[in-house]
Amino acid sequence: MSTQLTPILTKFWDHPTSWTLQTYEDNGGYQGLRTALQTDQADLVQMAKDSGLRGRGGAGFPTGLKWSFLPPPDGGPRYLVVNADEAEPGTCKDIPLLMAAPQFLIEGMIITSFAIGCNHAFIYLRGEVAHVHRRVQRAIQEAYAAGYLGKDILGTGFDLDITLHSGAGAYICGEETALLDSLEGRRGQPRLKPPFPAVAGLYARPTVVNNVESIASIAPIAAHGADWFAGMGTEKSQGFGIFSLSGHVTRPGQYEAPLGITLRELLDMAGGIRSGHKLKFWTPGGSSTPIFTDAHLDVPLDFESVAAEGSMLGTRALQIFDETTSVVRAVSRWTDFYAHESCGKCTPCREGTFWLKQIMHRLEAGRGSQDDIDKLVDICDNILGRAFCALGDGATSPITSAVQYFREEFEAGMHTPAAELFPPERSTLFAKESQPA
Amino acid sequence: MSTDAHTDDPLHRYTPLQASEEPYAEDVLAGLRADAAQIIARYPQKRSALLPLLHLVQSVDGYVTGRGVDLCAELLDLTRAEVSGVATFYTQYKRHPNGEYTVGVCTNTLCAVLGGDQIFDEVSEHLGIGHDETTPDGKITLERVECNAACDFAPVVMANWEFFDNQTPESTKKLVDDLRSGAPVAPTRGASRVCTFKQVSRMLAGFEDGLADEGVGAGPASLEGLRIARERGWTAPSPEGSTKDTATDEEKDA
Repeated sequence: MSTQLTPILTKFWDHPTSWTLQTYEDNGGYQGLRTALQTDQADLVQMAKDSGLRGRGGAGFPTGLKWSFLPPPDGGPRYLVVNADEAEPGTCKDIPLLMAAPQFLIEGMIITSFAIGCNHAFIYLRGEVAHVHRRVQRAIQEAYAAGYLGKDILGTGFDLDITLHSGAGAYICGEETALLDSLEGRRGQPRLKPPFPAVAGLYARPTVVNNVESIASIAPIAAHGADWFAGMGTEKSQGFGIFSLSGHVTRPGQYEAPLGITLRELLDMAGGIRSGHKLKFWTPGGSSTPIFTDAHLDVPLDFESVAAEGSMLGTRALQIFDETTSVVRAVSRWTDFYAHESCGKCTPCREGTFWLKQIMHRLEAGRGSQDDIDKLVDICDNILGRAFCALGDGATSPITSAVQYFREEFEAGMHTPAAELFPPERSTLFAKESQPA
Repeated sequence: MSTDAHTDDPLHRYTPLQASEEPYAEDVLAGLRADAAQIIARYPQKRSALLPLLHLVQSVDGYVTGRGVDLCAELLDLTRAEVSGVATFYTQYKRHPNGEYTVGVCTNTLCAVLGGDQIFDEVSEHLGIGHDETTPDGKITLERVECNAACDFAPVVMANWEFFDNQTPESTKKLVDDLRSGAPVAPTRGASRVCTFKQVSRMLAGFEDGLADEGVGAGPASLEGLRIARERGWTAPSPEGSTKDTATDEEKDA
């Protein structure tokens, strides 16, 4: 039996004014909040746990468990910070969600804040998406006007303010402690853990940091129940998620489905690989997750199955590349990205990504030396698990996995430029339209 | 443009913050202080206001000026070095006068492979400028940008952080020509026009520009899954005992 799509967060994205409070309420919005505000706070945390919801930002940590790590209230402030710094290469789910239906996030934030005893929540939104800022600003404003935010929400005595905070172009700020430093007005560099944000987060106060899609999913969970959510997906990876298909597919886009769907099923819906071509390699969850090949078409896209095959589910960012693509070129560019975005705080990542980039560049240019592949793998080995945060680990994923599956292309990098083996113009979507010399 | 050892670096180049010792005019300074007070009031601790304040400085000066750094330092009780340290960490803060429009071509792997590299090269040649350089008329600053979370619309180009989806070298060359000539330009998904760098910087500092209701909710790629679900009559499971509305109620293919 094939897996079916389950439009929940994406359900009314095609409405002409999908982003308004009116459209959201017409589609059942804010029902969950009304129920939640009548529920005991501990029961809401339990609801999140029972639903099986795991962090949708990539790491997959159980959301309810994260909430339960907050120490008991001591009378001081507690914070919810939403990570809307979506910037992992290939990941493109939170930004369209916030553009089309930002009220999901606002409702989820109110419920979560009530559950954890927070009265001031923040949205850290990357700065490079002007229109999404406008939509989120507007959603917050509409929620205040309707009495969902501010003082004495729906007559319950619960107060909540939401502040939208703009980032300024730094991938590292998607790391939760770097995000907190950035929100405190500092350079976005990760903090030593422990203490974890649950104990000492924003302004050293107990803080929950969750991804946009995780918090947005809380709204329908509160409306329909933990069992409803847990009934979807697989035994250990419950619920639904947005799968983002991009690259050499006929119909790239957002496909909301239960966890455990396969790439073969998704490709079938997306019209397959672009006409006349075949799948070469793909990322299951962004560039920081080791690549897969056509041997992995039937791997269920849930946390456990993807991990068992040596990668990570990550953000379900399925970047698809066909046989015209040079894996060396692709990996070289990702390596540029990590070197550019390394915050410089720790030596393995700062120095390691610098050297990885030099080696990848000469392999791409066909000027690699005999021991370059071993050196790449060795440097990766020295970064992985030794960097301060996951950025360094992520930098090694594309390299080690590409060497594993396509070693011969790296070997060719010792004598032949990638552009000669894989002329770049054949990979473009306008291959016929322009005729490069 | 400075020429230093990093000029060949394809991704970023280091230029010092340009000091601007010329003080703000009195009315400009009064406006900045009033706006800054609003920004600072949003946060429990005032240092949190630094990122939006730097966007605010750019909304007036077009880049992070020395006088802007001084003002932030004064308002937040920080040293100039602390403010500069933050300003130089983030790529959206410009260290030298920026063009009226930042045109960023995504050259991260996916967009690059699908055509971003060719778009950047052709537009760069067309304009006669490279990465992080500005046309002599001060209109366009060209950049290579990292993944902008629109991969299903690749290749993607951003103009002052508005989405231009499914680009070609021709469409992007037309985009920069139109921006330079002042012809009306509408993003694929966004407001009905591209605001200036200063206007967008003000919006990012948290001041609304009233354009939220313009443009589409979602582009075609964002709706692919929904379209197929509708076509095939697929819906999320109904919660038991609930009268949850469903868009379609056709028989499900099992």
